[in-house]
Amino acid sequence: MLTKRIIPCLDVMDGRTVKGVNFVNLRDAGDAVELGNLYAEQGADELVFLDITATVEKRKTLVELVRRVAAEINIPFTVGGGIISIEDVSVCLNAGADKISINTAAIDSPDLVDRLALEFGSQCVVVAVDTKQYGEKDKVHIHGGRTPTEINTLEWVKEVENRGAGEILLTSMDHDGTKNGFANKLTSKVSSMLSIPVIASGGAGNMHHFVDAFDSGKADAALAASIFHFREIDIPDLKNYIASYGIPMRI
Amino acid sequence: MKTVIVKYNAGNVISVTNALHRLGVEPEITDDPEKLASADKVIFPGVGEASTAMHYLRQRGLDKVLTDLNNPFLGICLGLQLMCRHSEENNTPCLGIFDLDVKKFPPKDKVPHMGWNKLDMIEHPLFKGTPEHTFFYYVHSYYAETGPDTIASSEYILPFSAALHKNNFYAIQAHPEKSGKDGQIVLQNFLKL
Repeated sequence: MLTKRIIPCLDVMDGRTVKGVNFVNLRDAGDAVELGNLYAEQGADELVFLDITATVEKRKTLVELVRRVAAEINIPFTVGGGIISIEDVSVCLNAGADKISINTAAIDSPDLVDRLALEFGSQCVVVAVDTKQYGEKDKVHIHGGRTPTEINTLEWVKEVENRGAGEILLTSMDHDGTKNGFANKLTSKVSSMLSIPVIASGGAGNMHHFVDAFDSGKADAALAASIFHFREIDIPDLKNYIASYGIPMRI
Repeated sequence: MKTVIVKYNAGNVISVTNALHRLGVEPEITDDPEKLASADKVIFPGVGEASTAMHYLRQRGLDKVLTDLNNPFLGICLGLQLMCRHSEENNTPCLGIFDLDVKKFPPKDKVPHMGWNKLDMIEHPLFKGTPEHTFFYYVHSYYAETGPDTIASSEYILPFSAALHKNNFYAIQAHPEKSGKDGQIVLQNFLKL
């Protein structure tokens, strides 16, 4: 039976991990590759490295990071953060990334999703969607969540699936940083309407939140950052806890 | 010991090379028939589409070269599928090493089958030292049926061949190079054959 995945996310700046609460107030949590390796050994199913370096040297530092991760870590990993072109993707995949995630670039030019799927295969194209609720509607945000758009989240995820996305990384901005649990209602809607996997992200505060993300949220994977970085939850404990609810876990 | 990786248009060479490096092995990536035949081990990784890959292999006569090899040969992911008789993916005749058909998963669940799934294996040198219930990382939309050459199976929507063995030919549908410690054990076991 296919297991549900636990994915630690490492926000990286110049090769070191940082984590913001609601995308600001960054704190340093160590060397990205070392931390990634620790998570892999503890039983993380995949890793996401989100590069938030914002300098002209960005591409170089990103590729260097991907190379180091690929050389040392023996589980799949996704790299994202400022990937805007086919060339960026090609460079990351050639350096050893298993998947890349795009966010703002997909909104700016949706056909980038089609081109990436065609060129590299859907399996490596993750579309990250930052979403915020406005009354009954959910709208996509871009630029690391800073800029709202008028795009309806449910319509957008369906569109990128049709364009060839292989996976959706769904981050609820209403839940991110709150530690009050994942956005299970929205995640469940998205997961049920798509035939590609959905990663729930934003809001993990305790172990039971993950059970809820898989049960009521119907997520295929759940992603979290600070609760792992600051050792609030240990991955082996978490996986045993989730498995005790009858949810398939790799243990 | 000389380990080579088959050079063609569908190899995910970087991940496999990195995994071999972690085992202290420096592979050569080649499509030279002599080098392939004289190597101690041949690895045939694959990510991509079956008909394009087979077309490339046929054009260069590599289909014949690969099926004639006598040294231990390991196909990974698409590599396993290309070693079967036929793939439903664009109705592609394949290498025919394993007398099995490759089919698309019926859309009863999310496809591709992506993530970690359990392997049920028979006692086999390729899996020596792995726990009884090991998990491997999969990414695929097509699967090989099970048959007499099946040495491990997994289940997603239906049971399928997770690993195959016949004579000098070994194949695994999952990605051992991305499957943590147990994946590394399988690669190590292959290198020791």
